Amino acid sequence: MAVSKDKIRNFCIIAHIDHGKSTLADRLLEKTKSVALRDMTAQLLDKMDLERERGITIKAHAVKLNYIAEDGEEYVLNLIDTPGHVDFNYEVSRSLAACEGAVLIVDASQGVEAQTLANTYLALDHDLEIVPVINKIDLPSADPDRVSAEVEDVIGLDCSEAPRVSAKTGVNIEQVLEKIVKDVPSPVANDDLPLRALIFDSVYDSYKGVIVYVRIKEGKIKPGDTMRMMATGAEFTVVETGYMRATIPEPCSELTAGEVGYITASIKTVGDARVGDTVTTVEKPAAEPLPGYRKVNPMVFCGVYPADGADYENLRDALEKLQLNDAALTFEPETSGALGFGFRCGFLGLLHLEIIQERLEREYDLDLVTTIPSVVYKINLTDGSMVEIDNPTHYPDPATIASCEEPFTDAHIYSPAEYVGTIMDLCQDRRGVFKNMDYITPERVDIHYELPLNEIIYDFFDSLKSRTRGYASFDYEIRDYRKSNLVKLDVLLNGDVVDALSFIIHSDKAYSKARKIAEKLKENIPRQMFEIPIQIGIGGKIIARETVKAMRKDVLAKCYGGDITRKKKLLEKQKEGKKRMRHFGTVEVPQEAFMAVLKLDDND
Amino acid sequence: MKPIGLYLHIPFCNGKCPYCDFYSVNPESKKITAYVDALCREIDKAGGIYDTVYFGGGTPSLIGSDNIEKIMKHIRRTDDCEATLECNPSDTGSVNSAFDFSVVAESGINRISMGLQSADDAERKILGRRGGCEDVERAIARAKNAGIENVSLDLMLGIPNQTAGSLQKSIDFCKNSGAKHISAYILKIEEGTPFYNIKNTLSLPDEDETCDLYLSAVEMLEKAGYYQYEISNFSEKEYESRHNLKYWRCEEYLGIGASAHSFFGDKRFYYERSIDDFINGIPPVDDGSGGDEEEYIMLALRLSEGLVFDKYEKRFGKSVSKETIKKARELQKHGLVNIDDNSISLTVQGFLVSNSVISSLI
Repeated sequence: MAVSKDKIRNFCIIAHIDHGKSTLADRLLEKTKSVALRDMTAQLLDKMDLERERGITIKAHAVKLNYIAEDGEEYVLNLIDTPGHVDFNYEVSRSLAACEGAVLIVDASQGVEAQTLANTYLALDHDLEIVPVINKIDLPSADPDRVSAEVEDVIGLDCSEAPRVSAKTGVNIEQVLEKIVKDVPSPVANDDLPLRALIFDSVYDSYKGVIVYVRIKEGKIKPGDTMRMMATGAEFTVVETGYMRATIPEPCSELTAGEVGYITASIKTVGDARVGDTVTTVEKPAAEPLPGYRKVNPMVFCGVYPADGADYENLRDALEKLQLNDAALTFEPETSGALGFGFRCGFLGLLHLEIIQERLEREYDLDLVTTIPSVVYKINLTDGSMVEIDNPTHYPDPATIASCEEPFTDAHIYSPAEYVGTIMDLCQDRRGVFKNMDYITPERVDIHYELPLNEIIYDFFDSLKSRTRGYASFDYEIRDYRKSNLVKLDVLLNGDVVDALSFIIHSDKAYSKARKIAEKLKENIPRQMFEIPIQIGIGGKIIARETVKAMRKDVLAKCYGGDITRKKKLLEKQKEGKKRMRHFGTVEVPQEAFMAVLKLDDND
Repeated sequence: MKPIGLYLHIPFCNGKCPYCDFYSVNPESKKITAYVDALCREIDKAGGIYDTVYFGGGTPSLIGSDNIEKIMKHIRRTDDCEATLECNPSDTGSVNSAFDFSVVAESGINRISMGLQSADDAERKILGRRGGCEDVERAIARAKNAGIENVSLDLMLGIPNQTAGSLQKSIDFCKNSGAKHISAYILKIEEGTPFYNIKNTLSLPDEDETCDLYLSAVEMLEKAGYYQYEISNFSEKEYESRHNLKYWRCEEYLGIGASAHSFFGDKRFYYERSIDDFINGIPPVDDGSGGDEEEYIMLALRLSEGLVFDKYEKRFGKSVSKETIKKARELQKHGLVNIDDNSISLTVQGFLVSNSVISSLI
């Protein structure tokens, strides 16, 4: 059962997206016989379909492997998987805090990318021993020598002994296991101290309640103990402790210092077991929590509405279920004159938003309309007070506004040097402030900009990808709030403001955006029985307008030989079509028109 | 027993017009005989008494005056029964036509309806109409000789290359020929018709031109003494089609013959589009219930008189919903409907977008 502490290795795998993290994890599972070959489906650790499809890890998972090393000793390797996207930076940092070492995977043809660096720095911040691994050596374009040199130059890691592997074919995987055993330190652990366990993940299970994934730093915990979450103060009686195996959980009598495992305690929501919180026991409480906990705050907000108003309750249920597993997701009811009843949802970033939206549509079979994403603006009012708004609808009367502030990010773009020009154009267009540019190698640059968050939450990444044929990578973190000349754009149809289409934008961009929106709406709103003026305004001032001309005729079918049913069906079809329309006053707008405006990007 | 309407479908045509998607097949004399017998059989089976009879098609005149007479003998009619026969001008108006109007007049037919479509030869040619305007004139003269004064002509709007001028010419022709009733339909290219396949090569008027033609037609017809009483129907005073009014007023009628539709006893039902099924006595299929509030409003709004509140109240024992009236007021602002103390009706502009108007009101 309990192994000697010096035989434990707690490690994670870090990599840029698509460099083969999950494939390597699978290979490690296979080599340690943690999972029967017949049970191998591609990328076992990524349990959600969506993750598998997108090839990214959204939620971290952990798995305990047993490995008999070349020295003949049996080791326990705890692999903690980390989410692979910037939106989940905090979750990554908590996973790293649970480890003593990190396997850094670098693609043998692509070399160092944005998240290679970002994750490496994060790992170094946590004093992790880094084990570089050059992956994908089976590719014809692989150049492990060049990439090794790049890693040495850029990151300063010695790669002379770095395993060169193909996670896909399984070549040299043992070398990775051996390096983990040799280079990653065993945990410094004392069972006798009061319990301090770091929560690095929590997952809701409908039978057991929340399953809390922990790294025991000090002390021990067993079923029957009363556990206390030090940040939230919530207390629960421990029902079960155990280790996560590749395919099933393995209960154990207790978890002790240095180990990685899970605790269940009939906890109802993941909000009670927040990532980063410290678990102690009521019987023998620790004086101080582990450092580094913070409550993650959503950065991007948008309205989420059911396409069919009748689905409102279903949407609420679905959001509640998703929230069970995702403490970073926030939502509260909101009402839109245009869209009816829905929810204002908060997300860590745009990817998080897309994932939630896709899960709602796919797993809960909901048809959704989402409004333009917004960041949190700080509005300083003339009376000296300040309001934070994440919803354009709440934008105060411009006359009462002294100044506005918007969040800025530190953004790093890594790209082949040939695309520097087009990338700088893009950043300039997005109101970026150029900071500096480093040549990582003669062919690759790190371009550093300060970019407003509201310019990147939308389609920045897509634009970047298309301008650089997919070669550029991108990483950002929130830096500060800055004064900015912001305005709120309103869309009026037939004289009525369509609240769901309002958004906040920098005044320099208001006019061109307004024109584009007006054109898009004109293209997508079908002619109706009467003329529809489309106006875009700032406050009371109209800055763009278009008109949808009135439809002059529709089908004048002959009601012949008393075949009324045919006629009736035609009308019913038309009525059914109307139901799918959004009603703005007397104007009917098809969902597509709505989406066309929401999806407006640079190319339109 | 209350008299109702009777529609008889004659699904035979000598060739099909390229725009037509009604059910018809080329005739074989044996089939015609069997079909006529089947019609008589079904009429006998239905019993009843009728105050309107309508022979539609297809080309009813194609089965010959004797067969019409034979069928009419099976129909119990009221004294004032309106009995209409659709006639093809080339069958009944050609120089050597064997069709005998005196026989059908004798049998009780007192109204004929003919597809003129256009008095312009070039337009007639595009529409594939057989025979010329002189056949129409001759047929009308023969009918009148036999004592049938009540003549209806069909006009088509939106024919390729049609102009307000050529339309005026067609309307003048109608007036001069003494027609009492005009049906004016906008050409609609139906899927499955020959026109559908060549629609891009037809120089069809665009939406605006078609609308202008419709509006001109309403005006010209009015000037010629034909008042609009339904979206596509116009007549001199007292010459509205009583049979067709039954459809729009949600009154009962039986439809007998392949593809014929019935509304009787709150039920709608129809015979399949198959001559053989009909001959073999396959009964009509259920088409659900009919005559509810929605259907009533949908049909009433096709009429110029519109949805008349007291008629509606009398029929359904409740008033027209506030919601409907509220929506109508919105449309009134845009000049699409008229509202007065006792009715909601569509304006001519409203008729053009009647699908949208009606579906937003029900």
